Amino acid sequence: MFDLIIIGAGPAGITGAVYAARKGLNFLVLTGDIGGQAAWSSDIENYTGYQFVSGAELTIKFEEHMKKYNIDIRENEPAGELSREGDIVLVKTAKTEYAAKSVVIASGKQSKELGVPGEKEFRNKGLAYCATCDGPLFAGKDVAVIGGGNSALDAALQLIKIAKKIFIVNISPELGGDAVMRDKVIKSGKVIVMNNTRVTGVLGDKFVSGISVSNKEGERELAVEGVFVEIGLIPNSDFAADIEKNDQGEIKVNCRNETNVKGVFAAGDVTDVPEKQIIIAAGEGSKAVLTASRYLAIQE
Amino acid sequence: MRKNVKVYGTPTCPFCVRAKKFLEDNNIEFENIDISTDAEKTREMVKKSNQMGVPVLDIEGEIIVGFDKDKITQALGL
Repeated sequence: MFDLIIIGAGPAGITGAVYAARKGLNFLVLTGDIGGQAAWSSDIENYTGYQFVSGAELTIKFEEHMKKYNIDIRENEPAGELSREGDIVLVKTAKTEYAAKSVVIASGKQSKELGVPGEKEFRNKGLAYCATCDGPLFAGKDVAVIGGGNSALDAALQLIKIAKKIFIVNISPELGGDAVMRDKVIKSGKVIVMNNTRVTGVLGDKFVSGISVSNKEGERELAVEGVFVEIGLIPNSDFAADIEKNDQGEIKVNCRNETNVKGVFAAGDVTDVPEKQIIIAAGEGSKAVLTASRYLAIQE
Repeated sequence: MRKNVKVYGTPTCPFCVRAKKFLEDNNIEFENIDISTDAEKTREMVKKSNQMGVPVLDIEGEIIVGFDKDKITQALGL
């Protein structure tokens, strides 16, 4: 039986793990990957102490920090189901089931999918969720960015340097996001913005050759070899069925990171805490573990 | 026996960075192929792996897509 299980290893989970190790708790980290969304950030310029760091570099720093404490981290083993039995919290994974006195959920968010035909088949075959990572594969090609917010604009800005022509397919009447970014995108002369337009399918044979889109002028096909889906994020909270969430699926926490269930705490982007930032997630992770450790002390 | 290891990736992909770090930590020599500056190598990678995600590891002809620590460990016999 563990004192604590931390679910997730992004900035919140990792910071929590460092605090748990220093508190001498008997604990374990269950996660799909290390770094979470932070790993995918291209340039981070607002994490104190680093004037500039890439998401990949910061993730390696995080991992090194964890190694210093010999933290038991099970990568490729995300939580599948969480339930409470008496005073024990059970966490099921694809491999086994773990029991603990307390849990900190720090499972973060993931990219929202389009939910159109062809999306699953063409994933990594021209369809991607990370322009930073996969953008360079589309040098000199025509591509589409799906979405109209900051993440879509960011993807378009990165692709401007690489691709030949970029379609931005935006379901809303106009582009959102920061004005500065919008201007840069439009001034590039490489971008064609299609507002009020919905993607209806991803097309191709072995690899992507186009997308079908629909707007009030009807349905048409765009010939592109790359498709970048940037339509926002959803919290990874499905496994926590009994935990109270807001209408966006974010886990509700109070200022001490407590959820509606005793012994279950949550931190970072998976929660309803306003402002999703690496430094905030890290701070929330430490708070959640400190609250959990106080909870454990009272239980004994 | 020393195995022939190639890593196809981009400088900005976090799992490429981590995969290379993992190899370095285990004292595995490898050829680092930056496909962001080499269209020919991009084609080679897509042909070998039949997909367009990075990283791709070629360990003595065995193709591993993504930073899959278990598979890499197994392929290298670590």
